Amino acid sequence: MSSAFEPKIIGFLCNWCAYAGGDLAGIMRFQYPSDMRAIRVMCSGMVPPDLVVEALNKGADGVLVMG
Amino acid sequence: MNIELLTLSEVVDVNGQAGNFTVTVRKNPRYIDMDKCIACGICAEKCPKLVKDDYNLGLSRRKAAYIQYGQTIPLKYAIDPETCIFIQKGKGKCLACEKFCPTGAINFKDREQIVTLNVGSVILSPGHKPFDPSVFDFYGYGRIPDVVTGMEYERMLSPGGPLHGHLEQPSNGKTPQNIAWLQCVGSRNTNKSDNGYCSSVCCMYAMKQALITETHIPGGGRQTIFFMDMRCHGKEFELYYNYAKDKNIQFMRARPHTIEAGPGGVGVKMLYSTEDGRKVEEQFDMAVLSIGLEAPRDALDLAEKTGIRLTPYRFAETGDFNPVASSKAGIYIGGSFMGPMNIPSAVAHASSAAACAAADLVSARGTLTRKKTYPPEADLAGQAPKIGVFVCSCGINIAQHVDVTALTEYAKTLPFVAYAENSLFSCSTDAQGMMGKIVKEKGLNRVVIAACSPRTHEPLFQDTLKELGINGYLVEMANIRNQNSWVHQKQPEKATQKAKDQVRMAVAKAGRIFPLAQMEVPVVPRAMVIGGGVTGMTAALKLGDQGYDTVLIEKSDRLGGNAWQLRTTARGEPVRPMLEALIAKVKGHRRIEVLTTARITSATGSVGNFTSDVEADGEVRTFSYGIAVLATGAAESVPVEYLYGQDDRVVTHLQFDRLIADDPDRTASLASAVFIQCVGSRDENRPYCSRLCCTHSVKAAVDLKTQKPDMAVFVLYRDMRTYGLNEDLYKKAREMGVLFIRYDLENKPQVSRDGDRLVVRVTDPVINRKIAIDTDLLVLAAAVVPNDVADLVSIYRCATNQDGFLNEAHPKLRPVDMAADGLFVAGIGGFPKPLEESISQAQAAASRASVILSRDVMYLDAIKSHVTEHCDGCAVCLDACPYQAISIIAYAENGRTAKKVETDKALCKGCGICQAACPKGGILVHGFTIDQLQAQVYAALDLPN
Repeated sequence: MSSAFEPKIIGFLCNWCAYAGGDLAGIMRFQYPSDMRAIRVMCSGMVPPDLVVEALNKGADGVLVMG
Repeated sequence: MNIELLTLSEVVDVNGQAGNFTVTVRKNPRYIDMDKCIACGICAEKCPKLVKDDYNLGLSRRKAAYIQYGQTIPLKYAIDPETCIFIQKGKGKCLACEKFCPTGAINFKDREQIVTLNVGSVILSPGHKPFDPSVFDFYGYGRIPDVVTGMEYERMLSPGGPLHGHLEQPSNGKTPQNIAWLQCVGSRNTNKSDNGYCSSVCCMYAMKQALITETHIPGGGRQTIFFMDMRCHGKEFELYYNYAKDKNIQFMRARPHTIEAGPGGVGVKMLYSTEDGRKVEEQFDMAVLSIGLEAPRDALDLAEKTGIRLTPYRFAETGDFNPVASSKAGIYIGGSFMGPMNIPSAVAHASSAAACAAADLVSARGTLTRKKTYPPEADLAGQAPKIGVFVCSCGINIAQHVDVTALTEYAKTLPFVAYAENSLFSCSTDAQGMMGKIVKEKGLNRVVIAACSPRTHEPLFQDTLKELGINGYLVEMANIRNQNSWVHQKQPEKATQKAKDQVRMAVAKAGRIFPLAQMEVPVVPRAMVIGGGVTGMTAALKLGDQGYDTVLIEKSDRLGGNAWQLRTTARGEPVRPMLEALIAKVKGHRRIEVLTTARITSATGSVGNFTSDVEADGEVRTFSYGIAVLATGAAESVPVEYLYGQDDRVVTHLQFDRLIADDPDRTASLASAVFIQCVGSRDENRPYCSRLCCTHSVKAAVDLKTQKPDMAVFVLYRDMRTYGLNEDLYKKAREMGVLFIRYDLENKPQVSRDGDRLVVRVTDPVINRKIAIDTDLLVLAAAVVPNDVADLVSIYRCATNQDGFLNEAHPKLRPVDMAADGLFVAGIGGFPKPLEESISQAQAAASRASVILSRDVMYLDAIKSHVTEHCDGCAVCLDACPYQAISIIAYAENGRTAKKVETDKALCKGCGICQAACPKGGILVHGFTIDQLQAQVYAALDLPN
């Protein structure tokens, strides 16, 4: 894989843990790649599986469901 | 709004009495204006002065301008006057923070202030101090680099700590492979330290650290815990111990006496003797000292100022029957200032203190509380979205790494966006005012804020809208600071691109959001308490004292429960007089209605408004109430071994208590007595520890020895779990000559009858010999078993754990709340515990309950599930819902019976598992509908939708 590859990643982040962790990473200035686009959800369990598949079908290179 | 935080402050003096104290407080200068500070951290970034970071115990460094840690509340920076160059050296020096602070928050003119507070009650919760092990020269702490304390190790393991969770040996920076934990460092020790007590938390924290370490080291490494007794006396702690053993954590019953530095100063050499007397010298890469808890440094000072009494260990003195009341009326103790305790106990203890403090203030309740009101909401129905985008620079926090001008211009090009602007600080009072003006002027009906996190700032922007008469749910945030500019500092182009995507996603969602209504639930100010033991009665009394009508239901024909059979507490306070006084108070209380021989047969409704039928003495009555406390209790199990039931000399704990109370002459005439611990606990059938039996046996042994000093008294045990201050009793028992003999589950004592003699045989591991004890009395520490609550579990749709104990909402942080709002659990129905801890929980439940009962109306968050017209009643969501908030209903449609589901808004937590489970969009969560999530996905991929 070429190093120029920049994946489009959709992240579903649980408001209570993963999203909070994302905020904390900011406060602590942890540097990480900028390829993920976060969608805040109230629980990782609320993400319909169909939507994950749809995201991949529509061009996302990866989907992260974090909770 | 009703809590005022005074930080950097210390108590100078406390005068007055219960109901009317004058507290003098010294507020030390922060040198940063809290109203102006936006916690951007630039002061810390620019400050040139590096100092030891106390929070990381000196393992890392911070600046003189600092926050202690990322989750600090309030999240405001401070300047440390001890190390600040300007404060130390004066004029003309440094001032970098002042120069760079984007909001002008630095204020070197800040001075100490003396504040006088007039309060009715005082709660002291100064916490504890970790033990400093440098007094023990034989552990080499401070001298050998690879010897660290448990606290230091905790920071080393933390992903947010100085090593980012990548474990390193302090001596050489390599990943340690072989780590030893030493228990009871500064606990259970009166040689060099004066801490005779058990610190109660270290066994569990050492095990936790060992298990986490296993996951942090490639290949897992080797972890060994050196201990005297593993004290896993909390709820499900024994399960954790078994898990640790399964995960190959090594448990070594030995007390290493010397630690020396390893070869070349790397690692440690540890010397210890095993139980069978072998001398061992073993190398480890690191040694972690499981340090205990001590009274806070300023305990004496605080006691002097407040006039409370301390124990010899300098913890606050409290009574057994009110474990939060200090020796001075109106002053209460919360948490480990009373003695070492773990998080759930401390949280419950603090709530318990709040209950007592509030009960004292009941006549003044509501007189100083503040409440915010808003103008009526405008009706926006039918209006097309008209979105305003407000891009925040956050000083330079965002603007430094994200091109905010380009972002603002970009926002203007997005669909439905009618206005976009950039401001220096969107959250400032000025900017909020401006935003309000623009929203009015431009007729905006949706707002997107591109700034920091909705988790911290959405309520502020919602409030701004509400003040304008616009529904608060019409705001959407793009988190371009915490999750962008702060984490992509070296990639400004990518950060700007990401910010554009984030704003596009937020705008896409904003176009699909609509006003949401917070449900109002009128609160019935009545409490239902189920269970008339000491726990239930205490909860009822605290609720009644706070002015709430309370119904107390007891299934048997008299109040009191197990306490009728208890003689004294561990510290020797007689139970009976307290019990009789408590019953009299409860029965005579004008707010409390007692129903005996009663049971609940139904419950409908939810938090704030339950209705139940109660059957009492054959009569059914209906009650409505706002909350329920489940104090269902537990019982002593009936042993099935050790000749119990076959020989009169074999009794249980409760039978022993009655015996010594009713027939002291008989117990005083005994030549010998044996206690066997863990009878029916910590085995295959009941894997949990019953917590209270070790202390009870030791207390009973001491009582027998007091009655007759030459009586031969033996305690056969697996681990002595006289946790916390109960350790004193264990020490006293040994001093009085009680003999403690350890046995293993694989090698249990044998009890037999030899003619008239009752003989107990056991292998003593110290002399490694089988011994036979002729005894006149055998007392069995029979397990505590929860009462059957199957009916309540079904009525309230709540849950028990695998052992049948009622579950709390969160094992650490919400120890007396149940998962369903409005239900509380207290006492031994939740887990075995001694009387004083049950009382603490009962008061805690009353306190938590009064948070609900003190309101006329409860507002529930609008982020809840709702059923759409696509629902066909297939009921897939019913089982998926973890809160049992969904039910199925039948209704008539075109002459046919149709089905659909219905959600209970009060039970729903908005998790949306139903929405993911539903195959047809029949149930959705407000604010996070599939349509809205899909819009964000499409926008993220820059596709039209």
